[in-house]
Amino acid sequence: MKKSLRLLALVVALAAAGTWFATGANRGWTKTSVEKKTLDEVTGLEAITYEKQFVPGLDFLGVALLGAGALAGFSFLFRNQPN
Amino acid sequence: MKTTALSLFALTALSVAASAAPLTFDFKDPKGVNNAVFKLDAPLEAINGSANGVSGTVTFDPADPGATKGKIVVDAASLHVPNPVMKEHMHGDQWLDVAKHKEITFEAKSFSNVKTTGDNTTAEVTGTLTIRGVAKEVNAPVKLSYLKGKLGLRVPNQKGDLLVIRASFAVKRSDFGINPKAPEDKVADTIDLTLSIAGAAPR
Repeated sequence: MKKSLRLLALVVALAAAGTWFATGANRGWTKTSVEKKTLDEVTGLEAITYEKQFVPGLDFLGVALLGAGALAGFSFLFRNQPN
Repeated sequence: MKTTALSLFALTALSVAASAAPLTFDFKDPKGVNNAVFKLDAPLEAINGSANGVSGTVTFDPADPGATKGKIVVDAASLHVPNPVMKEHMHGDQWLDVAKHKEITFEAKSFSNVKTTGDNTTAEVTGTLTIRGVAKEVNAPVKLSYLKGKLGLRVPNQKGDLLVIRASFAVKRSDFGINPKAPEDKVADTIDLTLSIAGAAPR
């Protein structure tokens, strides 16, 4: 159980960090939409629309790492199994 | 002969008056291009977003751009930021309270330092900006571009003109009672606003 919890904590931490890096390492808050600009050639104005896209931010990474830390900490409540 | 001459004079006067008449531009853009961008740059956090629920009318006389009058309305609920929690807070009663104050408006009262080159006019507009039910007089540099006969390029089979308005200015969040107690290191007091809109005057 102890080993499983620590392994799970490692998987959660790596998965969160990997997702954060893979989606552009956004150092702001998590976004659920991203801005898209298109030029209107007649007026010269830029239209701004938002597309649904999940971009994890530092809050996502922080919560995931805290969760992983809690899992790892929880593992200390279990004793080593005798061989 | 006298009657004919009078009729011709009347017709000429009418056509001159018609061509010189101010045009009324509707800013409810069917293409959804019109937008207002807002930026708050605090030391700990930058907030960027935009609104696209723009409407309103502007009366513009190509022969006298300085006489432009009108009102631009932004649907407060159309203000968007990419973070859903931040958006919920921004729309909430402590911040913009969009349920109670549904519109952000700017009513142009007068223009000064009007300079026209071709179809482009730059000026300083003075008007009343109303946010969260609080009205304040503001001055902003503005650029007006009159695109005569260009409406058909945007809306097929429709003849008319376009008026493009660009304006950038800054206001204080605290002046409009937008959560004045919020710490300024997290949410800047200065809101930078950029308005980029096009209106149509069909003929």
